[in-house]
Amino acid sequence: RRALQVKFVPDEEVLQHIADDTGIKARKDKAQLSFNAKTFVKKLENISDNKAEEILEEKKYIAALGICAQDPMENGSSVSGGEIYSFQTPKRSSKMAELASELAQTPEQNVASDHSKCPEKTAKPSQSSSNFMWTEIVWKCNLILLFAWQRAVQRRHMFLLLMHVFSSPLQSKKKEFVSTTPYRLRKRLAAPDSHLESESEYSASCSEEEDEEDQQEVYTVLSGQKTPAKTKAAPTPPPRNSLAKKNKEEKMSNLVEEYFEAHSSSKVHTSDRTLQKLRKRRLNQETLHGLLKKAPLAYAAEIKELNQQHESMFSKWMLHLHLGFNIVLYGLGSKRDLLEKFRTSLLQDSVHLVVNGYFPSITVRSILNSITEEVLDHTGTFRSPLDQLEFITKRFKEDSSLELYVLIHSLDSQMLRGERSQQILAQLSSLPSIYLIASIDHINAPLMWDQAKLNLYNWLWYETTTFSPYVEETSYENSLLVQQSGSLALSSLTHVLHSLTPNARGIFRLLAQYQLEKKDNPSYPGLSFQDFYQQCREAFLVNSDLTLRAQLTEFRDHKLIRTKRGADGVEYLLIPVDVSTLTDFLENEDEDV
Amino acid sequence: GCFVFKPSVKKRRLSQRIAHDFSNRNDNSEDAELRFFTCQSLWNQIKLETEKVQEDLNKQLLDNLLSFLSRSHSEFQEKTSEWTCQMKFREIPTAALILGVNVPDHDSTFRSLSDLLQNNITPYIASLEAKDCPGIKNLMQKLMGQLMNCYIDVDSLEDEDYVQVSQNRIRCSMSSLIKWYKTATKKTDCEIPSQKRTSSSKYWQSPPVVVIFKDMESFTTKVLQDFIVISSQHIHELPLVLIFGIATSPMIIHRLLPHSVSSLLCIELFQSLSCKEHLSTVIDKLLLSDQFPFKLGEKVLQVLINIFLYHDFSVQNFIKGFQLCILEHFYSQPLSILCCQLVDLKKRVNSLSYDQCENIRRLPSFRRYVEKQESEKQIALLTTDNFLKEETQKLLEDLHVYHYNYVAVLRCLHVFTSSLPKYPLGKQIRDLHCACLENQVWETEEYESSLQLARMLNKSELVTMLQQCVEILLSSSGKEFDKTVEKLKEFLTQFQNLEEAFQERDVSVSSQKELQKKTDLYHLQKTLLELKESRRSKKLTKFEMLRFEVVDYIDSLVRKYLVPADHRTLHEILYFNTATVLRGHLNAAPRTALHTALNNPHWYLKNEALKCDEGSISNKAPDICIVYKLHLECGRLINLVDWLEAFSTVVMAAEAPNADTASSDQVDDTIHARFIRAVSELELLGFIKPSKQKTDHVARLTWGGC
Repeated sequence: RRALQVKFVPDEEVLQHIADDTGIKARKDKAQLSFNAKTFVKKLENISDNKAEEILEEKKYIAALGICAQDPMENGSSVSGGEIYSFQTPKRSSKMAELASELAQTPEQNVASDHSKCPEKTAKPSQSSSNFMWTEIVWKCNLILLFAWQRAVQRRHMFLLLMHVFSSPLQSKKKEFVSTTPYRLRKRLAAPDSHLESESEYSASCSEEEDEEDQQEVYTVLSGQKTPAKTKAAPTPPPRNSLAKKNKEEKMSNLVEEYFEAHSSSKVHTSDRTLQKLRKRRLNQETLHGLLKKAPLAYAAEIKELNQQHESMFSKWMLHLHLGFNIVLYGLGSKRDLLEKFRTSLLQDSVHLVVNGYFPSITVRSILNSITEEVLDHTGTFRSPLDQLEFITKRFKEDSSLELYVLIHSLDSQMLRGERSQQILAQLSSLPSIYLIASIDHINAPLMWDQAKLNLYNWLWYETTTFSPYVEETSYENSLLVQQSGSLALSSLTHVLHSLTPNARGIFRLLAQYQLEKKDNPSYPGLSFQDFYQQCREAFLVNSDLTLRAQLTEFRDHKLIRTKRGADGVEYLLIPVDVSTLTDFLENEDEDV
Repeated sequence: GCFVFKPSVKKRRLSQRIAHDFSNRNDNSEDAELRFFTCQSLWNQIKLETEKVQEDLNKQLLDNLLSFLSRSHSEFQEKTSEWTCQMKFREIPTAALILGVNVPDHDSTFRSLSDLLQNNITPYIASLEAKDCPGIKNLMQKLMGQLMNCYIDVDSLEDEDYVQVSQNRIRCSMSSLIKWYKTATKKTDCEIPSQKRTSSSKYWQSPPVVVIFKDMESFTTKVLQDFIVISSQHIHELPLVLIFGIATSPMIIHRLLPHSVSSLLCIELFQSLSCKEHLSTVIDKLLLSDQFPFKLGEKVLQVLINIFLYHDFSVQNFIKGFQLCILEHFYSQPLSILCCQLVDLKKRVNSLSYDQCENIRRLPSFRRYVEKQESEKQIALLTTDNFLKEETQKLLEDLHVYHYNYVAVLRCLHVFTSSLPKYPLGKQIRDLHCACLENQVWETEEYESSLQLARMLNKSELVTMLQQCVEILLSSSGKEFDKTVEKLKEFLTQFQNLEEAFQERDVSVSSQKELQKKTDLYHLQKTLLELKESRRSKKLTKFEMLRFEVVDYIDSLVRKYLVPADHRTLHEILYFNTATVLRGHLNAAPRTALHTALNNPHWYLKNEALKCDEGSISNKAPDICIVYKLHLECGRLINLVDWLEAFSTVVMAAEAPNADTASSDQVDDTIHARFIRAVSELELLGFIKPSKQKTDHVARLTWGGC
């Protein structure tokens, strides 16, 4: 792999280096020299001294941009880009629990986030129990860690090994151990005979083919049970030459390798536990709000202080707006209240438009409509938003006394982040008598804008980290994974079914009941068509499989069921609703009947 | 989602309101208005200046284009028969305009171009943008709309309704365009004798139709091809000229258009000035001139230049940044009222209030100055306002003079350093300027090496440089340079004399020549040894002595005049140096802010409980921080149950560190709710998204990031 590179070095250059009385000792020469040496040894890219210069320049650039004052209103610019976008070792299934227990265990202390030491650390608090034993364990752990790191073995594998190591002293020294082990670990270790169970708690899922996920899952669970400690095709081990490790380029390539290593397989290993097993009732929107209202807001005083700092900038915002800039606010925390305050304190006697960008049904059209209809008092329709924009532009240009302040909460929301919407908003904001002030939250929000749009927007950025909870912004998100009340799915189910014949309802009921019976089986593929037909006949619901098929087609059209072909070619039927909703549905049905 | 609020109250005038905003800062509102108007007038001056610069730079390009356009269809004017026979080739004259990568900056160029064309060559101009033309139909529509509108503008509005009808009803095709063109030209022809002689006579009899494609790269190839093929069919009836605005390289034409299409074009290339040169000119005219009292400090300039070089190559943005600097300076510095032309200075200094005098006394640079004075003068400066005012005026005048001299000497130094190999002090004058502003340039390593390099310049180079320096110093307005000029002239004559008297130098040159040849190692060693010997033994020649003298003299000039601005007294009044504000507004890093807030909440929330080491987080941190920190530990998918459990472990430990709460298996409802909120906030921020791959899982959207 290594190649020698021979380069002709003319005499003048040699002379330049040798003859010290010429005294040219510019830094760049040195850099060049060292790089020359490097190319001699390794076959890296052709690093010319141009590149060296570039690196120098880059450093200078970073240094120039990295100048930061101690002003709290500034960014946390002490953070370098590498920290934010750095890579990390992949596959950590139990890391979260470890960190959590660490955080819980050390309430006053701080926890270093050096992950490679985590297992050791969790072990440390109980060192007092048996020194000899524990040193051995720690040593073993280290060995395993090394081993794991070297071979890039999967986390699960490692965890099992760890379990093995931990469980051996456990039998003898159970008492002390229980009192000090982290919560999660203890839960696992308290029942060593549940070894198998904890194994099956882990299974893989597949990132592609979302439609067929269940089938895949079954397969992987099966395979997982068969070979619990199966390792993946071992990726190339990271290079071991520790001396050359400091070399930046090598590090870079390592990181890249790590990334692809983590993304090469489509399977991710996480535990199989579901919220249902937690036996917790799901919270709906109202109870959630009620609970949160009761919970005191942490650090209210500090947050208030932050807000006051931002509020002192209001007059400056106005100044900048009037001088032709537009303002964009960024930073953690809801900026809604801040903007509201700005509005009520400074915009009371001017025409302004407030746009709640987080509103799920907001469109550019509605923004434009409210400008034309309410601000400009125009009654009439437009063929396209572009026409409408043209009309607005014309009106604002004709009448210089017209002024409009536009406040947009969450300019980067789902509905407004599209290219066309942004283009229109940018053009709108470029009008001299429209003053735009907007807030963004998403981490990738600045990617919405290219040079042309940025130029139209003419932003001035203001950091307004408020730490206030995003109450309004998140309340519209119906995809709130955690507390999905299912009320929507339920009502749609009942509505559709109410419009069907009693026979059809009976058919659906049958399917639902059957599915509920099998709810404990994670590998339940669905009810096969033949079985279903048999059951329906027995219940006098259908008389031929044609009628059943017609009925099923109707269900499928309403997305009440899903059909899927199994490995043996049999058609399986499934209701794509979670169990609790289904139970609720059946209960409701019972009441009705 | 949208709410309009309309007040009933009538508003004040805008300018008054801006001034009001300006003075809204609690302190020192007395002369805020004056400050604001100074600021505005300064900005207007600068804006005019930049526009002038832009115009000058574009002049060459536009002139070339103009002559090209008038040439392109000259045959059409004279003999139609000849034209048609030539146009059997059906080539459309095309100008490819290479404008550089920053597309938004092109707008001003195109605007001045179409203005120029409108005044000199043709009224028929249509400029098209890719976003308006997704298909050939839209393109034609847009094109005809623009052409017919301008037709109204040129002619009287008497037949307005005719045009209105035509615009709506007419089928957008090439033939209707030609028909329109014929009637339009005919009409102007017959109208010329009657009334419109003066206005129309500047056009040719049948002026060409110019179509500008502003951003050629973003057009769909299909549309472009179709348009070119169709219009080439009609070129003998319609004198069409195309102008392509190109941001990348002329190669793109051939990549976008197949040979069969590009052969229909007769392309001529026009290159506009590169944006870097544009920037250099702007810096030269704005910063290195004594026209404006306001100046940029080193860090600010560095930030602006970096944004330009590393982010957008946009001169417009640079000027926008400059505007922001002016605004910020006048807004935040109450003493900026003295940042005015020398003429007004005296009046303004005399009208300073007591508070303002105190402000002056509080300036760090002024305090340093006071400490250096004798005790009586110190007392006078600190107690007597009138004395202070006199002194201030003197110091400010000094500062202005310093700037004149600084610029002149800077240019001289640049003449020297810009010709040295490897440019130790930078190629551009802006680099040198930054280096000089940053700290005492003669103490830097780069300056040392460049002086050493300058000591090895040959005579002819040295002479030309000295001549250039003399010119610069003569043209500068500073009066102190008479002596310097004399001295430099003396050097020049000495060099002249040297040449006549001294021929020995050739020998050394030849020995140098010998070294240039390829030699083997042995010979090299030998020659090196010889060289060393000769150096040690030989006395310096007269030329070398003179050279040393010149370099030393330049060095002395540098040490005298190129003192960094922040070493001068009262520099705070004229120089703007708060780079952090500027960077925060123009080059913000929203993701960094989020990262800091999530990882180190103590940065924002000044609470002792949150204080902790680098890279770790206290378990009393806000919910979202804890949830974020926990999620960093996961791979691509996150199990919500595990997450919730981990979260509740942390939170309960934080709330009741001693109680053995972990024993209860159930998670508290409030904690559950808090968890839900934090997770949905993370989703809003774009760190996670719901996933259907597994039940109760979410997918991580970021990679790594501990």
